[in-house]
Amino acid sequence: MSSSTTNQHILSPGSICGKLTAFLERQTKRDIEPDLDIFAAGLVSSLFALELVVHIESTFDVAIGGPDLRLDNFRTVDRMTELVLRLRGESDD
Amino acid sequence: MKQRHVTVLGAGVMGTSIAALAVGHGLPVTLVDVDRAVLERARDEVTRHLRLARLMGVQTGTDVAELRTTVELADVADADVVVEAVTELADVKAKVLAEISALIGPEALVLTNTSAIPVDELAGAVAHPERTVGAHFMNPPYLIKTVEVIRGPRSSAAALAVARDFLASMGREVVVVGDGPGFVINRVLQRMINEAARIADEGLATPEEIDLLFTGCLGHRTGPLATADLIGLDNVVDSLRVLRDRTGDQGYEPSALLLAKVADGDFGRKTGRGFYEHRGTK
Repeated sequence: MSSSTTNQHILSPGSICGKLTAFLERQTKRDIEPDLDIFAAGLVSSLFALELVVHIESTFDVAIGGPDLRLDNFRTVDRMTELVLRLRGESDD
Repeated sequence: MKQRHVTVLGAGVMGTSIAALAVGHGLPVTLVDVDRAVLERARDEVTRHLRLARLMGVQTGTDVAELRTTVELADVADADVVVEAVTELADVKAKVLAEISALIGPEALVLTNTSAIPVDELAGAVAHPERTVGAHFMNPPYLIKTVEVIRGPRSSAAALAVARDFLASMGREVVVVGDGPGFVINRVLQRMINEAARIADEGLATPEEIDLLFTGCLGHRTGPLATADLIGLDNVVDSLRVLRDRTGDQGYEPSALLLAKVADGDFGRKTGRGFYEHRGTK
């Protein structure tokens, strides 16, 4: 796993949110609001959850493990954006 | 009680996920396959399964037991429980079961994760048929708590008790049923998948529409064709043939669409395409 602190450019919350929304809309063929719980809404299955994690890791160059690896962090685009910002150390920007 | 040594035979979809279930519950597992390259990938698969289990909140313990892999059956002669999860072909399963049963102790439990082959037919191949019980795990076994357990006519009460205890130690709940082609689930499910594939082939409805009727009207978690993609269409065809050959019921004759997809290498989720596209699955 590559270090998440080197050789990366700054991403704004808006751009992370936009990338995640575009990915989920491609997968589900539905419009995704940033506060929609995609699991509760039945848009994706539990098996998709891991694909989502792997996609986020590779897209945003972060490693998700330990207590962060729980479904609640991936229910909405807003929460995924928060997680990515925190893991990239950009939450205070 | 001493810790059980678990051996899983076959490092395919079910073998790797059953291994993940066991090591995730602190039981050391030796995973056996004939193919070293398959075993190499299996380690990554088990890690992936454990991540998904943790993500879904079903893997809460931090103590993950050791996973060993080997191509030598002789390495697992000390197994207490053998879970057989090789290809759904009766002669392949019978050959593996005969070999392993000649190596392990007379007290070891043999659980066959057969999809449709009657347990008693497989028990005929082993040294101690009374120690053979069917355990039909769903995919993925760590997310689906219930296991269909099959008591063959020669399965002993003692073996069944060990099977119950072993599965309970991994947090599983069992429903014990009698023996026969496809048992309960696959006698119904494989027929349903086959008919759904025929309906799609006839153009009466798309796979999405068929599945939407089962999820939307009947409350199924996934429709028959999404379920087929999850099982693996190669396994569905193998199971249908087992059912057709043992029941004489032509309704189990694999549909042309299923056969075409398997011929094209489109096995479902595990290859990225089946009735649906599964982008980024691997």
